[in-house]
Amino acid sequence: MRKLALKDEILMQIEKPARYIGNEVNAVMKNKEQVQVRFAMCFPDVYEIGMSHLGIQIIYDMLNKFEDVWCERVYSPWVDLDEVMRKEHIPLFALESQDPVKDFDFLGITIQYEMCYTNILQILDLSEIPILSKDRTEDDPIVIGGGPCTYNPEPICDFFDLFYIGEGETRYRELLDLYKDCKACGLSRKDFLKKAAMIPGMYVPSLYDVMYKEDGTIDQRILLEPGIPEMIEKEMVTDVSDTYYPDKPVVPFIKITQDRVVLEIQRGCIRGCRFCQAGQLYRPVRERSVEMLKHYAVEMLRNTGHEEISLSSLSSSDYSKLPELLDFLIENCDKKKINISLPSLRIDAFSLDVMNKVQDVKKSSLTFAPEAGSQRLRNVINKGLTEEVILEGARLAFEGGWTRVKLYFMLGLPTETEQDICEIAELCNKIAAVFYETVPKEKRTGRVQIVASTSFFIPKPFTPFQWASQRTKEEFLDKAYLTRTSIATQLNQKSIKYNWHEADVSVLEGIMARGDRRLNQVILKAYQKGCIYDAWSEYYKNDVWMQTFEECGINPDFYTTRERRDDEIFPWDFLDCGVTKEFLLQEWHRAKQETITPNCRMQCNGCGAARYGTGVCLEKREEACHEG
Amino acid sequence: MKVRIKFAKYGAVKFIGHLDVMRYFQKAIRRAEIDIAYSEGFSPHQIMSFASPLSVGHTSEGEYFDIEVNSFTTEEDVQKRLQSVMVEGFDILKVKLLSEGEGNAMASVAAASYLVSFKKEMSLPRDWKEHLLAFYNQKRIPVVKKTKKGEKEIDLKEGIYQLEIEEDAVYLLLDAGSGSNIKPGFVLETFFNMISFTLPEFPFHVHRIETYKRKVDGSLSALIS
Repeated sequence: MRKLALKDEILMQIEKPARYIGNEVNAVMKNKEQVQVRFAMCFPDVYEIGMSHLGIQIIYDMLNKFEDVWCERVYSPWVDLDEVMRKEHIPLFALESQDPVKDFDFLGITIQYEMCYTNILQILDLSEIPILSKDRTEDDPIVIGGGPCTYNPEPICDFFDLFYIGEGETRYRELLDLYKDCKACGLSRKDFLKKAAMIPGMYVPSLYDVMYKEDGTIDQRILLEPGIPEMIEKEMVTDVSDTYYPDKPVVPFIKITQDRVVLEIQRGCIRGCRFCQAGQLYRPVRERSVEMLKHYAVEMLRNTGHEEISLSSLSSSDYSKLPELLDFLIENCDKKKINISLPSLRIDAFSLDVMNKVQDVKKSSLTFAPEAGSQRLRNVINKGLTEEVILEGARLAFEGGWTRVKLYFMLGLPTETEQDICEIAELCNKIAAVFYETVPKEKRTGRVQIVASTSFFIPKPFTPFQWASQRTKEEFLDKAYLTRTSIATQLNQKSIKYNWHEADVSVLEGIMARGDRRLNQVILKAYQKGCIYDAWSEYYKNDVWMQTFEECGINPDFYTTRERRDDEIFPWDFLDCGVTKEFLLQEWHRAKQETITPNCRMQCNGCGAARYGTGVCLEKREEACHEG
Repeated sequence: MKVRIKFAKYGAVKFIGHLDVMRYFQKAIRRAEIDIAYSEGFSPHQIMSFASPLSVGHTSEGEYFDIEVNSFTTEEDVQKRLQSVMVEGFDILKVKLLSEGEGNAMASVAAASYLVSFKKEMSLPRDWKEHLLAFYNQKRIPVVKKTKKGEKEIDLKEGIYQLEIEEDAVYLLLDAGSGSNIKPGFVLETFFNMISFTLPEFPFHVHRIETYKRKVDGSLSALIS
């Protein structure tokens, strides 16, 4: 029987000990003597969050299909165990073997949001791996980062030996073979990293230096090793129907955030909303074949025993074979009493009909994401959703028996005025009015419930808004206040509930999102002062962060409120996400002119992703493709 | 048709709480493709009833639950199919098709037997065994038991059906009826308290050996006999 890394006494005194014992259904056990590479794959947040992430499941499954590799999982110990491990000097361990992470060949960390940066340091620290890449020795694992935040890896580049830019399915085999060869030849860690830098998609930050201008912006990047690439292009799966996908995902014992089978139906998005980073990074949109999806749906449900399946994509309504897939799922799931969950569907007659079949209308709510209150501002952000479409969707929904509507908006978008904010309240009011017009008095079981939520807009790299200035905390709060008071003046205000996101954490996220190498020291220092689990509001210490910026002599406004010049060199400009900077700049100008850009299926706008020769770029459109 | 399943829980999975054990078996039944019956309504759930919750940290070779099935192959087949989808730490020990009119697992539970072993590193008072026998041989053991509603005084002796001292462990047969359930840890804590001995944190390991129902003649028999 497996021996656990933690003693019974410890497991009995901490919350949810099942987070740390491994042994779940479909967890992969191998003989460590019979593998050549041991890979610890980490999601730097608590188990319930990390286990809900599809990307890790895909890579975990792929690496374990390689016979010479054993990939195991690592998550952030919760604060209670963190304290015990530090006190008793227990090194962080992987769930499957319960062996210390420091004995592995690789520690892979997926970086999904900026607010997990201090948790990365916790993982390294508890693993007893030197926090700074430059201090690591031949005995330490190679620390490799991946995921969306690596599209600006610079604020955390001192902590990683290597970043994998792009989708994980393509280059791991090559990287691991190189590692084995280097080990067999007795080459050093440094030699391996130099060679790895030559593999497409790999970024070794220690081989580059950055020079700054007097105004603090970047002057140029310097290559410290001859022959290494100046630009690093993202990795991308060209055929998403013939690639790795888990047929036996790990089934946790405890309830996790995403406690269901997740079927990723497509990657990318045709829509090109100008605030959305994912919409640019995963271009072009690539659909998985409906045959593949049917096969995996059946297999995954059979192998996990889950009672729910969820479709995953950035915009499920745009999947071309959605009716066929849903018919198949409804028929197969109904007799097995399996629920189907359909996030990210556009509200129209088709989706309401499907939802009516798979959900309890009385209990479920409908979600619209207009993102902005006015049509003017929706044109600025290129959100192709009109008031007419929203009100018509709401009318159909109310006729169908729904009484709860959720609405998502952003505050602080470029060019936003008070008028735009007031229109958020007016839109909510109009939706409520549609309910009272549509549903006769005798059929109402209560009043309609409209929940409006606002988040604060944070400009992200590789979006048309990467040049934009972010609003200050005070401005954010004023905007939330204005939203609240505008809603309070509406006729149907009693039917509208309003929630807003915290402002100070949005400021820090904005700093990190467009930060540069000078932030490494701030993150390290904030961690040393006890910042951890910044994504959890109960642990977020804004005053400590702000004090640390001051001590490091760094003005946070440089990263947030400053509007960038068109020709500024950004810290992430050496990465190529498939979409050109020229296209993004053109989109930034069009945004300021309130001009919308058609989606990829209507017309090719020449973003640059057509070079991959796959997905929507190959579809026949009425208009000719601008790219060669 | 109602089917009773007996299982063991040991090793790392002893840290899985009761609700999660139920969820684990719901998923296992789907993986094993057992033709379980579902409740009516918009969110149907499997018809399943667990005999007696086991505390986190305890192991057992006498756990039970009942399920309602639409069709049934054989006891061996169901056992084999369920066992094939278990993880280390859960073993399917027995499967029995219940006869009509048999009460469900939870309502049937009358008693449970336990082996409580002291941690090796723990130093017990030299004469603890004599003291424990004396404790057990009292006519009445009045104690205050904490319940959901508050505190009430009970006679602990009534809930202890049997107590035997082994090498470094104590065998206990205790009342496990709903409302009158006695936890093995409570018995020993009460005893050590009475002899004014302070126990360290997590002083012993509890292993459930069997869960019993009461037969018409008043005697106890295992839930699957």
